[in-house]
Amino acid sequence: MSQIDSKIPEGPLAEKWTNYKAHQKLVNPANKRKLDIIVVGTGLAGASAAASLGEMGFHVINFCIQDSPRRAHSIAAQGGINAAKNYQNDGDAVYRLFYDTIKGGDYRAREANVYRLAEVSAAIIDQCVAQGVPFAREYGGMLANRSFGGVQVSRTFYAKGQTGQQLLLGAYSSLMKEVNNGTVELHTRTEIEDIVVIDGRCRGVIAKNLVTGKLERYSAHAVCLATGGYGNTYFLSTNAMGCNCTAAIQAYRKGAYFANPCFVQIHPTCIPVHGDKQSKLTLMSESLRNDGRIWVPKKLEDAQKLQRGEIKGRDIPEEDRDYYLERRYPAFGNLVPRDVASRAAKERTDAGYGVNNTGLAVFLDFSEAFERLGRQRVDERYGNLFDMYQEITDVDPHDNPMMIFPAIHYTMGGLWVDYELETSITGLFALGECNFSDHGANRLGASALMQGLSDGYFVIPYTMQNYLADQIQVPRFSTDLPEFEEAEKAVQAEIDRIYNIKGDESVDSIHKKLYHIMWDYVGMARNAEGLKKALSMLKDLRKEFDEHVRIPGAKEGLNVELDKAIHLRDFITMGELIAYDALERNESCGGHFREESQTEEGEAKRDDENYMYVACWKYAGSDEKAPELLKENLDYQYIKVQVRNYKK
Amino acid sequence: MWLINSPIGRKVVMSLTGICLILFLTFHLCMNAVALFSGDAYNTVCAFLGSNWYAVIGTIGLAALACIHIVYAFMLTAQNLRARGSERYAVTSRRPEVSWASQNMLVLGIIIVLGLGLHLFNFWYNMMFAELAGIATPIPPTHGYELIQQTFSNPVFVVLYIIWLVAIWFHLSHGFWSAMQTLGISGKIWLKRWQCIGLIYVSILMIAFVVIVLAFVFGLTNLCA
Amino acid sequence: MDTNISFTLKVWRQNGPKEKGHFDTFEMKDIPGDTSFLEMLDILNEQLIEDNKEPFVFDHDCREGICGMCSLYVNGHPHGPAQGATTCQLYMRRFKDGDVITVEPWRSAAFPVIKDCMVDRSAFDKIIAAGGYTSVRTGQAQDANAILIPKENADEAMDCATCIGCGACVAACKNGSAMLFVSSKVSQLALLPQGRPEAARRAKAMVAKMEELGFGNCTNTRACEAECPKNESIANIARLNREFIKAKLAD
Repeated sequence: MSQIDSKIPEGPLAEKWTNYKAHQKLVNPANKRKLDIIVVGTGLAGASAAASLGEMGFHVINFCIQDSPRRAHSIAAQGGINAAKNYQNDGDAVYRLFYDTIKGGDYRAREANVYRLAEVSAAIIDQCVAQGVPFAREYGGMLANRSFGGVQVSRTFYAKGQTGQQLLLGAYSSLMKEVNNGTVELHTRTEIEDIVVIDGRCRGVIAKNLVTGKLERYSAHAVCLATGGYGNTYFLSTNAMGCNCTAAIQAYRKGAYFANPCFVQIHPTCIPVHGDKQSKLTLMSESLRNDGRIWVPKKLEDAQKLQRGEIKGRDIPEEDRDYYLERRYPAFGNLVPRDVASRAAKERTDAGYGVNNTGLAVFLDFSEAFERLGRQRVDERYGNLFDMYQEITDVDPHDNPMMIFPAIHYTMGGLWVDYELETSITGLFALGECNFSDHGANRLGASALMQGLSDGYFVIPYTMQNYLADQIQVPRFSTDLPEFEEAEKAVQAEIDRIYNIKGDESVDSIHKKLYHIMWDYVGMARNAEGLKKALSMLKDLRKEFDEHVRIPGAKEGLNVELDKAIHLRDFITMGELIAYDALERNESCGGHFREESQTEEGEAKRDDENYMYVACWKYAGSDEKAPELLKENLDYQYIKVQVRNYKK
Repeated sequence: MWLINSPIGRKVVMSLTGICLILFLTFHLCMNAVALFSGDAYNTVCAFLGSNWYAVIGTIGLAALACIHIVYAFMLTAQNLRARGSERYAVTSRRPEVSWASQNMLVLGIIIVLGLGLHLFNFWYNMMFAELAGIATPIPPTHGYELIQQTFSNPVFVVLYIIWLVAIWFHLSHGFWSAMQTLGISGKIWLKRWQCIGLIYVSILMIAFVVIVLAFVFGLTNLCA
Repeated sequence: MDTNISFTLKVWRQNGPKEKGHFDTFEMKDIPGDTSFLEMLDILNEQLIEDNKEPFVFDHDCREGICGMCSLYVNGHPHGPAQGATTCQLYMRRFKDGDVITVEPWRSAAFPVIKDCMVDRSAFDKIIAAGGYTSVRTGQAQDANAILIPKENADEAMDCATCIGCGACVAACKNGSAMLFVSSKVSQLALLPQGRPEAARRAKAMVAKMEELGFGNCTNTRACEAECPKNESIANIARLNREFIKAKLAD
């Protein structure tokens, strides 16, 4: 059944990566500088890959859309990074990290990839410390750890609440070292509009210089995409404004399979939407759930009074509060995994118990913690988050419970890659959040940073050599080849088409419509009827875009609206992919919840018999046509597949 | 040469010359303070310095320090203006943490140089220079005390000197700790200490100078005579 | 609850680095207090697009105060009147009904305007490339706990490393000096044993690059520190001076 070869090396699980490294092909130093590699993106995965490949001696061409590589959205990750170091002597081991990640991902990730991730995790910490990343330390000078949701050990390394920032700046500094050495050629404010395939291999990209507006051609022996996730399909998310999936979708259009797009992570603790002018959602660290208690009123009339603004959260007496997570999941309480906490919030607000004017918020209350620990100690732990909350909402969490609501945060799905991180297009690799590989249906906290850096520092430098070893005879490509000519023409024609629509609706207004379709029908809870409706609405939305989008200003030069419009074109296609996948996967697992597949108590019900596979979507030649589904079966040889249970 | 072509080097030169000038001011004050107690003693000091070789060398050194300090100030300001770019902000606003003096050091410096010109004309010209050039002055060079008395009998000079001293106070209120900061002998804790030490030191210095001027105006000098 | 405000908005428009700029004035009506400053500009842009006019261009990305992309000089302050916050963390409730709000780009010779309030800060990347790193080869690091680092040093290095490279220090400085930015990176690595072997070389290289790129000289006005959205301290500048002078004296 499976037409897909994921190229898992032979041997026992724990030896696969060692075997691979021992037997892979290498490129000698003199040949390395004759080989060009394009790396798209400068987040954790992109920057670490570009820096490492450059340092090895390859000629690397690196792109980012921002004004500096340091702005990539990896910088916003707060909590920490996991590694199986066992510095706390609490029984941690590579296998345990592997096991937790597979289980947390609801048994939808590939064993060999995840084991490798756990295996290299320790080296990531060594690497970052050597770069000067100031991780938190104990008084004795050793590295400190904290624990994170869904695990029984303390294996998370952190740098205040800015771990992503520090890790990215570490990778960025290594990247800039290579820029200085001349091995990496950096292009900022440049976006990739298409990839170029020559004789079945990816050999270059068509880039748009965002300042001049001109298209540029770059050729290389291999291309790596590290362009992040597609969370902004939903318009409102915790992603940065510039995050987009244009390069990934363009690769998909050129033949790369898109895997598991319906696996989207919704983070339970974000500041609720306050109005229709809002541009993005702000995440409040998950650590707040350690001491905060989540509740809604027990009585519907109290909720309605809250919604009308007649009373405040503190006015509701203790006995009238419904601590629904503690009620439903006595064993884990407020610390259930992200997907469970998010769905529980949705269940309550759908029933009418929302606590703000939009009815889409629940309380996160610290009054019990203030009593138990004293205000000062609570402030020591969360003071900066309280300040941030107050600045944004003008409500002091000391007087009134905070309000939170789930929001789109991370996308587990992405371009399908094999064990070597190569997509189904030869010579095109995908790294970090851009690929689908390691998190299955749900990502555990502090694992995204680990995966990005693992791919960039420790996987791609090996697998890329293996790929390039037989390319040493291939001379540099000219960008005058007809394939480049054709690709650039097609991109230019598409830009002209969008620019010349000259309709009457702004890009954002259409994107907001996409948000409503996606959030209402392809959001936290999905059903076949809603998904079919979403698919038909998305078709109409594409038509609306094609006829009504308006882009003021000149086509040449810097035009932000034009670039946003290109992103939106691809977000609509992405939205359809998510909906197709969600419709096809008639089970509830991880971030994907189908109302048809739940237990009597309303908990997610996985269907291992029918859906234990990676859904790979193949482009059908046109955005209008439904994509074709291919399946990579998941075969668990080293782990016993179980039901995730957070009740006991 | 890093003292010329690096931004920190240039600032080190400013700091070192600045500190030397502050030390000179301290020395100068000690001398002046003598006049408070005894006119004769002050005149003895004047005679001791006069145009003797060590005083001349000292003066040349001092002039060199002042010149370097001033030349570097203009050089730095020119570079800084260039670095700021051609377009100015339409709206500016100063936070309370930013002292007025720190943003106006050049203006204060120019006032100080003008005051210095006046001071040299009033005293140095009549004392050391006259002696060196052999010019006859109404009051002999060694009679510094009488020269001061005569100068400050004119209220215009009194006002000008007080303005001058206030300008020096502002200049040094920033200059002192700034010099320590530039030399790197500062940090989170020592920054506050240097600011405090500097403020007290400079205030004592400048108040003492003003007191001496006023003492001459009100005839409260020569107390021990 | 937040109330709505109406105000006059003056924004800087400039078509390119060499073009002459000017202010455009808009009357903004009934903006809710819980709108962020950048969302208010989104509202302005939606209005402009509706009128088929070119939207106002400014840099922004994460909108949660960490990427360092946003860079507006609002009413005489980089990142606006709030302290310890970036432009994207500024909310309209800070302003009063009837206010005049003036928005300008970072103005510094080393940060040329690209368009409107978007400026080119690649000079900062060049300074980091000159020496803001430790030369460690991928995969060759020793165990992370092999060198113990006192908690105080690690914490202080963390404070220095918090710099987001937004350029507010340069924008605030009347001398257009980048010393707070450079010193924060130099300090972070000077405080950690991993950064020591290259400390002297780093301080010299980064200061030389800063000079070459046309940044001004620091006169310790402390404007950078007062405006820094991440509260970087000028104690870092003292440390950079110390490292630099030491390095030069050792030559």
